[in-house]
Amino acid sequence: MSIQENNQLLRFTTAGSVDDGKSTLIGRLLYDSKSIFEDQIEAVKTSSEKKGFDYVDLSLLTDGLKSEREQGITIDVAYRYFATPKRKFIIADTPGHTQYTRNMVTGASTANLAIILVDARKGLLEQTYRHSFIASLLKIPHVVVCVNKMDLVDYSEEVYNKIVADYEAFSSKLDIKDVQFVPISALKGDNVVDRSENMPWYEGSTLLYHLEHVHIASDFNHIDCRFPVQMVIRPHTLEFQDFRGYAGRIDGGIFKPGDEVKVLPSGFTSKIKSIELNGEQISEAYAPMSVTMTLEDEIDISRGDMIVRPNNQPEVEQDLDVMVCWMNQKALQNRTKLIVKHTTKECQAMVKDIQYKVDVNTLHRIENIEEIGMNDIARVSIRTAQPVFFDSYSKNRQTGSIILIDPNTNETVGAGMII
Amino acid sequence: MFNPENKTMGQYYLSHLKELEAEAIFIIREVVSQFEKPALLFSGGKDSILLAHLAKKAFYPAKIPFPLIHIDTGHNFPETLEFRDALVEELGVQLVVGSVQESIDKGRVREETGVNASRNALQTVTLLDTLEDLKIDAAMGGARRDEEKARAKERFFSHRDEFGQWDPKNQRPELWNLFNGRKHHGEHFRVFPISNWTEMDVWQYIKEENIALPSLYFSHERECVVRDEVILAKSEYLPLKEGEEIQKLIVRYRTCGDMPITGAVLSNADTLELIIEEVATTRTTERGTRADDKRGETAMEDRKKAGYF
Ligand SMILES: Nc1nc2c(ncn2[C@@H]2O[C@H](COP(=O)(O)OP(=O)(O)OP(=O)(O)O)[C@@H](O)[C@H]2O)c(=O)[nH]1
Ligand SMILES: [Mg+2]
Repeated sequence: MSIQENNQLLRFTTAGSVDDGKSTLIGRLLYDSKSIFEDQIEAVKTSSEKKGFDYVDLSLLTDGLKSEREQGITIDVAYRYFATPKRKFIIADTPGHTQYTRNMVTGASTANLAIILVDARKGLLEQTYRHSFIASLLKIPHVVVCVNKMDLVDYSEEVYNKIVADYEAFSSKLDIKDVQFVPISALKGDNVVDRSENMPWYEGSTLLYHLEHVHIASDFNHIDCRFPVQMVIRPHTLEFQDFRGYAGRIDGGIFKPGDEVKVLPSGFTSKIKSIELNGEQISEAYAPMSVTMTLEDEIDISRGDMIVRPNNQPEVEQDLDVMVCWMNQKALQNRTKLIVKHTTKECQAMVKDIQYKVDVNTLHRIENIEEIGMNDIARVSIRTAQPVFFDSYSKNRQTGSIILIDPNTNETVGAGMII
Repeated sequence: MFNPENKTMGQYYLSHLKELEAEAIFIIREVVSQFEKPALLFSGGKDSILLAHLAKKAFYPAKIPFPLIHIDTGHNFPETLEFRDALVEELGVQLVVGSVQESIDKGRVREETGVNASRNALQTVTLLDTLEDLKIDAAMGGARRDEEKARAKERFFSHRDEFGQWDPKNQRPELWNLFNGRKHHGEHFRVFPISNWTEMDVWQYIKEENIALPSLYFSHERECVVRDEVILAKSEYLPLKEGEEIQKLIVRYRTCGDMPITGAVLSNADTLELIIEEVATTRTTERGTRADDKRGETAMEDRKKAGYF
C-alpha cells in the first residue's frame, strides 16, 4: 500500500460480456500490485480448493455475495481500491449479464476510464457492443480494450490483431476519444502488472502502466460556473445570527469571492461575499468541491436553485431531449409519468415522445416504437412540470444528467443524458 | 488563505483526500435535505469519529442537525465511552443511547452463553428498535467498502424494507451524484458517506485534519489473553478458558468493536505517523482481527440482510 498524500484519483470500471474475465482481471491487478491482504488471499485459496478448482479463482476477491459465489458470476457492482506510488484507484467491477446492465451503468456513470474485456476465443459479442456504446454515451473519456485469455489462443498475434481491427471498425462509429488495446491473460497475469514473456510481439505498455499514466487532465468543466444549492445554512446562534450560507457542490467553473452571480430561477443578481468550509476561507472554488457560499445581498434562495454567472447561463427549459438507458421491467411508454431528479432538484415529468431506440449491434435507429424495455437505449422527449437548468451532457456530466424515478414504486428506473 | 488545490500547468484538481472529503460532505448534506429524521450511528470507532467530524464541517457554523445514536452493547471499552461523551459535549449534539442490556431485560433478545459469547448479533435488534422508536428514516454509518466483500457491494444510499432488511440482489441503480432517497412509509435508508475511503485514507485524513481519537488506537501496555491467535483484552466480559493466561503486551487497536471480540495487534506505533507507516506495511485486513467476521464466509452479508449496520 502506498502512503502518498496528494495523489490523483482515477475511477475506472470494467465492462464486457459474461465470463470475459472482468472480475479475474481485477483480482489479478490487486494481487500483482500487492494490494491484497494475506487473510483475503487465504480465504480465496480455501474457497477455490473447496470448489475443487486446480487454480486460485481470483474473481472470488470481488464476487462477494453468496449468490455470486455460488453461480460464479457477478450480479452487482463491487468497489475495490488500490494505490500505487503514482495514483489512487477506485475500481467498479461490474456484471456482464444483460439482465444486470443497470448495475454496469451504475459503476460506469462516475468512471474516468473503462476497461472493456474481450475473450480472445470469442471476439466481439453483443455485450461488448452494448457496453462500448454505453461507455460512449456516458462520455467516459478513456477506453482500454483488453483482449483476454490470450493463454487459450497460444498468445496468437493474428487473433489479437483481428479483434483490434474489428473493434476499431465498430468504435469509429462511437464518440470515444481515446481507445487503447492490450493483449492479456488475467488468469496468468500476462501484461496486467508485469510484462508478458509470451507475447514478445506486443510493444505497448502493460495495463497498470497505462492506468498510472493516462492523462486524466480534468474530467470536470472548469469554464461554465454552476453551483446548485443543496441546502441553506442558518445557524440561529447569537454569534452567527445573520449568517445565511448556501451549501452545495460546485458542478462547473471557478467561483471567487467578489464575483458577480445570478440566481436561477429568480433571476436576482448579487456578489459572492465569501466561499468557505468549516469557517476556512476558500479563494477559488471549482468542481467537485463541497463549499458554503455567502452573498452580499439577502435573496430568497432554496434547495434546487442554481447560482451561475450572469454572462454564462445554462439552458432553462421544460422540454428535455434525453438519451435514456431504461432499467426497469415495466416498459416506458408515451405519457408514462415519472419523477425527474436533476442536480439538487426534483420534479414531476411525463414522457412526450419516444423518438427512436438504438440497435446496439449496428447502432441503427429503430423508429416508430410504442415502448422501450429493460436495458434498451432510446432517445426520448420529456416534459417537466417546472423549468430545469441544464447543460448538455457532453458539456457537463453533472448538470447534463438526470435519473428517472417511478412515482409509485420509488425505484430508479432510468438514467438520462440530456442532449 | 486555505488552498486545497493542486494547480499544475493551469489545471485545477483536488488531492484524493480532498475529493473524498467533498464527496462525503455532499452526501451528508443530501441526507439532511432528503430525509425528515436522519441520525448518525456512532460506534465510537475512528470511522464514526471521522463521520462526525465531516458532519461538523458540512453544516458549520450551524450545529450538526441530527442526533448521534450509540448502540451500547454493555461490552464497550471504557475509553470509548469516555471519548464519546467528550465529543458529544464538544460538538453540542444530541446523543441517544440504545442499550442491548435493556433489550435483554425486556426479553427482546436472548444473551449468548459460553466462552465465545458475544453481543454482536444482539445489537441488530436494539438498533432496529431504537431507529423505530425515534422514527429515524435515514441512519448514516461509517462503514467503508474496503472493509469487507459484502460491504464492497453496497450503495451509498442503501434502501431497507419495513423489516430493516437489505436485499443485495435488488439494489437501486445509483448514478452520478444523483441519490434517490424516496421511500414508502415504514421503510428507511442506511447511508454510508465514507464508502469510498480506505483505511489508509482515513488515517491520512485524521493526521491532516488533526482529529482526536481514543487512546486505544495508539500503542499501549495492556493485560491480554491470546485465543485462537487473536489478542483479546482482559475484561469482566471475557470468561477465561482453562489453561488461558493473562499476559502483558504492547498493543494497539485497528478497529474498536466490543471488548470480548475485538482483537488487538502487537504494535509500538504511538503516533499518527507511525500508525500510517504500519498501515502501509501491514498484510492483513483490519477486520481480520474481528472474531464476528470469522463465523463463516458470508457472515457479514447474512448479518447485513437481517438489518445489521
Ligand atoms: N484461461 C483463462 N481463463 C480465464 C482468464 N480470465 C478469466 N478466466 C476464467 O474465465 C471465467 C470467468 O471469469 P470471471 O472473471 O468470473 O468473468 P467476468 O467477466 O467477471 O464474468 P461476469 O462478471 O459474470 O460477467 C473464470 O473461470 C476464470 O477463471 C484468462 O486470462 N485465461
Ligand atoms: Mg465478474
